[in-house]
Amino acid sequence: MPEEHKDNHEGERAESTGLSRREFLKGTGLAVSAGVLVGEGLLGVAAAERPAVVGPGPVPVTLRVNGQVHRLELEPRVTLLDALRNHLHLTGAKKVCDRGTCGACTVIVGGRPVYACTLLAIAAQGEPIETIEGLAPEGKLHPLSQAFVDNDAQQCGFCTPGFVMAAKAYLDRHPHPTEEEVRRALNGNICRCGTYMGVRRAVVEAALKRKGGQG
Amino acid sequence: MAEIKWPPAGERQLIGKRISRLDGPWKASGRARYTYDVNRPGMLYAKLVLSPYPHARIRAVDTSEAERMPGVRAVHVLLGPGQEVNWAGQEVVAVAAETEEQARDAARRVRVDYEPLPFLASDVPPEQAARIGADRVRRLSERVEGDPDRGFAGADVVHEGHYGLPVINHCCLEAHGTVAEWEGDRLHVWISTQNVSGVGGEFAEGLKIPASNVHVECEVMGGGFGSKFSADTWGLAAAALARKAGRPVKLMLERDHELLAAGSRPSLHGRVRVGARRDGTLVAWESETWGTAGPITAGIPPLPYIFRVPNARVRHTAVLTNQGPARAWRAPNHPQACLVTMAALDDLAARLNMDPLEFFLKNLALAGEHASVYREELLKAAELMEWRRKWHPRGAERGTLRRGLGLSIHTWGGLGHPSNCRCTIHPDGSVEVALGSQDLGTGTRTVIGIVAAETLGLPLEAVRVEIGDNRYPPDGASGGSTTVGGVSSSTRVATTRALNQLLERVAPALGVPASELEARGGRIQVRGNPARSLSWQQACARLGATPIVADGQRDMSLISSGAAGVQMAEVVVDTETGIVRLEKLVAVQDCGLIIDLKTAESQVYGGCIMGICYALYEEKVMDPVTGRCLNPNMEFYKLAGIGDIGTIVVHMMTGPGYDERGVIGLGEPPVISPGAAISNAVANALGVRVPELPLTPDRVLAALAGKGGAV
Repeated sequence: MPEEHKDNHEGERAESTGLSRREFLKGTGLAVSAGVLVGEGLLGVAAAERPAVVGPGPVPVTLRVNGQVHRLELEPRVTLLDALRNHLHLTGAKKVCDRGTCGACTVIVGGRPVYACTLLAIAAQGEPIETIEGLAPEGKLHPLSQAFVDNDAQQCGFCTPGFVMAAKAYLDRHPHPTEEEVRRALNGNICRCGTYMGVRRAVVEAALKRKGGQG
Repeated sequence: MAEIKWPPAGERQLIGKRISRLDGPWKASGRARYTYDVNRPGMLYAKLVLSPYPHARIRAVDTSEAERMPGVRAVHVLLGPGQEVNWAGQEVVAVAAETEEQARDAARRVRVDYEPLPFLASDVPPEQAARIGADRVRRLSERVEGDPDRGFAGADVVHEGHYGLPVINHCCLEAHGTVAEWEGDRLHVWISTQNVSGVGGEFAEGLKIPASNVHVECEVMGGGFGSKFSADTWGLAAAALARKAGRPVKLMLERDHELLAAGSRPSLHGRVRVGARRDGTLVAWESETWGTAGPITAGIPPLPYIFRVPNARVRHTAVLTNQGPARAWRAPNHPQACLVTMAALDDLAARLNMDPLEFFLKNLALAGEHASVYREELLKAAELMEWRRKWHPRGAERGTLRRGLGLSIHTWGGLGHPSNCRCTIHPDGSVEVALGSQDLGTGTRTVIGIVAAETLGLPLEAVRVEIGDNRYPPDGASGGSTTVGGVSSSTRVATTRALNQLLERVAPALGVPASELEARGGRIQVRGNPARSLSWQQACARLGATPIVADGQRDMSLISSGAAGVQMAEVVVDTETGIVRLEKLVAVQDCGLIIDLKTAESQVYGGCIMGICYALYEEKVMDPVTGRCLNPNMEFYKLAGIGDIGTIVVHMMTGPGYDERGVIGLGEPPVISPGAAISNAVANALGVRVPELPLTPDRVLAALAGKGGAV
């Protein structure tokens, strides 16, 4: 791992993927400017200094989702969202924009809300992943989900799991928000039916109840 | 015996109360299974090859390399040599493979040779479009009422302005798509649809199988807004691929495709002249409008909207372009007609130095049969907005941040689509009602449950509602706010008939004729006398082994059409940055008898927010040079977030005068006025009209600089 990458996000990822975006771009850039084959540019020059490249075929991936360990064989390019939906059949996180804009795929990774469409599954290894299915056993409702039901904070419901997870991650860190703070905190999730008024009420109500419960 | 008519206000146990939606817990726990979530054993994933050209003839299609790609199991050519594509994003080839990634790889290896043809993809006026080809322009209507020339001659004040709004998208969060699975010559489709009972026929026709062989399921769906009535090219492609591969196939549109081709709303632009007498009485209207719905025409905007101006000349022209075809977008043609009309009237009121509230009240005689409803709603909205305290004449604000108020009124038909309901009462007391209907997120499932439970005197949870399957009795497509009227009346009829059969069966045990019995509080009792009763379970036990089954159809005596509605907006505009901030939107809405107040209010909140989106943010941006859409994604196709909508206040008109009209659809009305109300509020704040939506900073600053301002 080159030292220069240690301080940025891609460097952190590179440890588990074996190939960071920046290195990949450098590699192809070299190949193009030197007018040589991509294979020589990428593999011939850099092979000695870098960890082994994984893929493009399926590689072993271990994901810890809702407390359960899953061992999968996935191509390195498979996103966490597709791994959850297509391989683990956890379809609560929704695919909508597929490029980190709408928040419908929000899950909690290592305690932080993450757009699962922007994170590769191989990069999500080693951290606990929480999806909406993990909030409560089937047939039961997490208090936050209950608040969404009570306040009709959903219509078609396609954005709802993402909102619930974003709200959960937020309340875990900020247990007593004002409605104004909720407006700012959940601006990374998009609803098309127009349920925002209900979402505001639901999140504030869930926070108040939790506060009450904690005494 | 129970009667078909709605129970009077004092006797309603559930109808009109605030009741949480029945499918809320599935949705809020992530357990609801949408089409996108259906994963079948052995299922393949399909991807589409889309035309990059807005208009081209296909010379050749070569799928040989794609077919050899890893994981590929079927390739289906949708358009072959000699055929034309008419918009960038039109489907040409479909590929199915073991994984999504493999399907995407293979789609990239399909070689299509195109012969580009002349195109027009931009939203341009008819004169400009005619230069590309005379067939690009179609005059759709020319109407004259009264004597417009004399009308204008008699007007003391005449205002002329340009107004418009661009093409926007449906942008359903659940993309259009289908999962198709064959069992011999029987096809099972899961499809995100507004048309559960009707869409099977399209699959049957397209795949040359009997309609009886198509089983359609859609338990929940992630938004439609008018764009999901059809099987669509991609639905048929999924079924064709599944047949070729002998495996189930999932084909959900990618987001760019969704925004390129799966639904848009026609634009409307035009010049309006409108004249009034000095006292504010409207006397003359003239409008010359045009818009594009892509390569099709999509109806005529109802201009002038609501106000039947006695002397009017109205012309509308469609411009045919190489954009993805428009589809019905929530309240087709109304938001456009509303913006053009209400903005012109607001500008006229400003010329007359009249408060628009007074101007609208003064002209309500021209608003037809709902004039008195509008009056009541305008006064209620004014109270909730504190209009009379807050309103100032246009342009009175002088600071950097300028506050303004605007208002608009709207209307929609509704009524009810054809509907069939089957109610089954089982000997163990369990009850189910089944309809081949669908819940778009509007609350249809909940409304059906409420009507059934109310009729049978049971708690809501005692009734199982079965919808989303074409094996249930056929129900119409959910469009034009017709669902609630259809399903509520057919359910009322079916459950009343089933109950009356039950009453006949238990009458001997209670020693009175069935006509003296009623269902109330989970019991069958002698009317008004709980002491002489059987519990629901005891009553049903008398059925022996055979359940009661009764059917019901739409009943016109239970429903009506013609909602009105008023909205008022308060904005603050930053004159340095051009940013419009919505502070408050007041929506006062009638819809006859309300079944579920909670989901009804949600429809209005939702309509307001969709309206805020197109008032301030939404636009399908086309590149005139390449004919391609520049923002087929959700970063640059902007929608409002939770922090962008200010505060919305909803007031539903209920009670005497409203309830007795029966049930009226509510999906469309509240989305019609926000564009006009917000545009008028911005004009009030700035002192100039920003003529075109969305009210983006560049348009606001241009209007302030005197470039394109209409007043």
